[in-house]
Amino acid sequence: MSTRHDFARALLDPELPCPAGLVAWNGSNPARRFQVYRNNVLVALVDALASNFVVTHELVGEAFFRAMAAVHVRAHPPRSPVLACYGADFPAFIASFIPAAGLPYLADVARLEYLRAVACHAADVSPVGEGALAAQLADEGGLPGLRFALHPSLAVLPSRFAVVSLWAAHQGVGDLAAVVPDVAETALVLRTGLEVEVIEIPPASGVFIAALQSGRPLGRAAEEATALGAGFDLAATLGLLLQKSAITTLHPSRSTP
Amino acid sequence: MMPKLVQPASPAGGVAAPGAASLPPRCGLGLKPEHFRGILETQPNVGFFEIHAENYMVAGGPLHHYLTQIRSHYPLSIHGVGLSIGGEGGLDAAHLDRLAALIDRYAPESFSEHLAWSSHGGVFLDDLLPLPYDRDSLSRVCAHVDQVQTRLGRRMLLENPATYVEFAASTFTEAEFIGEVVARTGCGLLLDVNNAYVSGVNHGRDPWACIEALPLAATGQIHLAGFARDVDAAGDPLLIDTHGAPVSQAVWALYRKVLERVGPMPTLIERDSDIPPLPVLLAEARRAEGLLQAVAGSFKGNAGPPQVSLPPTGGGLGGAWPWGRSGVAP
Repeated sequence: MSTRHDFARALLDPELPCPAGLVAWNGSNPARRFQVYRNNVLVALVDALASNFVVTHELVGEAFFRAMAAVHVRAHPPRSPVLACYGADFPAFIASFIPAAGLPYLADVARLEYLRAVACHAADVSPVGEGALAAQLADEGGLPGLRFALHPSLAVLPSRFAVVSLWAAHQGVGDLAAVVPDVAETALVLRTGLEVEVIEIPPASGVFIAALQSGRPLGRAAEEATALGAGFDLAATLGLLLQKSAITTLHPSRSTP
Repeated sequence: MMPKLVQPASPAGGVAAPGAASLPPRCGLGLKPEHFRGILETQPNVGFFEIHAENYMVAGGPLHHYLTQIRSHYPLSIHGVGLSIGGEGGLDAAHLDRLAALIDRYAPESFSEHLAWSSHGGVFLDDLLPLPYDRDSLSRVCAHVDQVQTRLGRRMLLENPATYVEFAASTFTEAEFIGEVVARTGCGLLLDVNNAYVSGVNHGRDPWACIEALPLAATGQIHLAGFARDVDAAGDPLLIDTHGAPVSQAVWALYRKVLERVGPMPTLIERDSDIPPLPVLLAEARRAEGLLQAVAGSFKGNAGPPQVSLPPTGGGLGGAWPWGRSGVAP
């Protein structure tokens, strides 16, 4: 195969020999020199993951994280030169990474961190104006059919684990030792202004917001949230979305969305 | 004649930075998110800022927020690290489109990329990898540079690489290769003095001789950076281009000689890892500015202004099609 092909394969596969055709001025073994490239590639890609998964890194420590990330990087190298959101597959990889099985919440913490990275770089979109909002809310008959576009940074992460508390404890909020990991928490991730926020919300609110986000009308979304049977506070959930400037467009049922 | 930084309170009429045709012949710094606020609060007197294009290829959020503000006060250089101009396959058209959009948005005074490859078979390897300097590579690199300049509608600068290996298949020296690319495409040279030093040492050659052999008349910008020391399998020095240390004495000495040859030239202090506080980088920038001012004085004493940024083909100075066209090597 071609020079670049052999070179590229050997960069990501430490079992492969140094590619043929490399020379050094002093006749020394070029494998030692090729190792610099191998190391550069691995370090750069592991660093790219480390910058998006800071708490995951802290939870397992430097050596474990870098070893785990190296396995992932070699199996799933980036497909784009834009690395801001590299690591979409990393949480699922962690979930199946046997040496990390002792920390069952680790994959969900990584999911939360990935959503934060995406939220940080999501498009800037202004919230819906107060006048338009008031007009729509005044039309009680139209409310159940009202659809919402939510801010592109917004995501909901329901977890069997205390992902928000675990994450917050690593931001100096709360005591990590006091966090009970096996308590289910639902995270709302969104960017307000320049800051990405992580907010714990009731599970029913998570169901509601996720339903709105996937395009279902207000009435259907509220039904799904209520069906969870855990109590659902529609006014409080809508209030939170408004407070966080998360509603960007309203689509009345009579208009085509 | 140095362009003055316009303070935020100044009327808009005096803004020297955005929209200017080229970077000022001063020292600039790489723009790092950890310095965003400090830059806006203190408005340091630096010649320009440089960003890595790929870091800003995101839809919104704080990166664009801060870059927009900083760009309104300073000249800007956009430096690509992901086009893979030395790659075997064609350029990634979607990536080139993203780059064009970024350049449209920020209208930088300079755009540069590397004589290297970083993607292969759809995988991005996040390193600047070496290529054999043969006719095959030459025609591909020229075609890629042509494609970039055509898509962007502007001249680009091509940076000489830091390398750790050489290829038995190479039939050109690096300087000859770059000279051919410059001559055929009309692109300019981003002379990375640290890379020239690192490669010279790593390949047992005199770094100054390597620099002198480059098409220096096409120089449009200079990069300075620091390296780390390692050894190869024979125990000979192997320098690693880390951008993680201050500029070395040897590179400062070469920089001075380069300036004496090409005249005052926009110069970047590159620091991409172990990033120190802003004042540390500003001190390094002041050292470069001192050398720039010294050489500006001596060049003023000469008969005419130095032809510092003109490629042999006269590219980049207006005309309907300022770049040469690359022919296919027979």
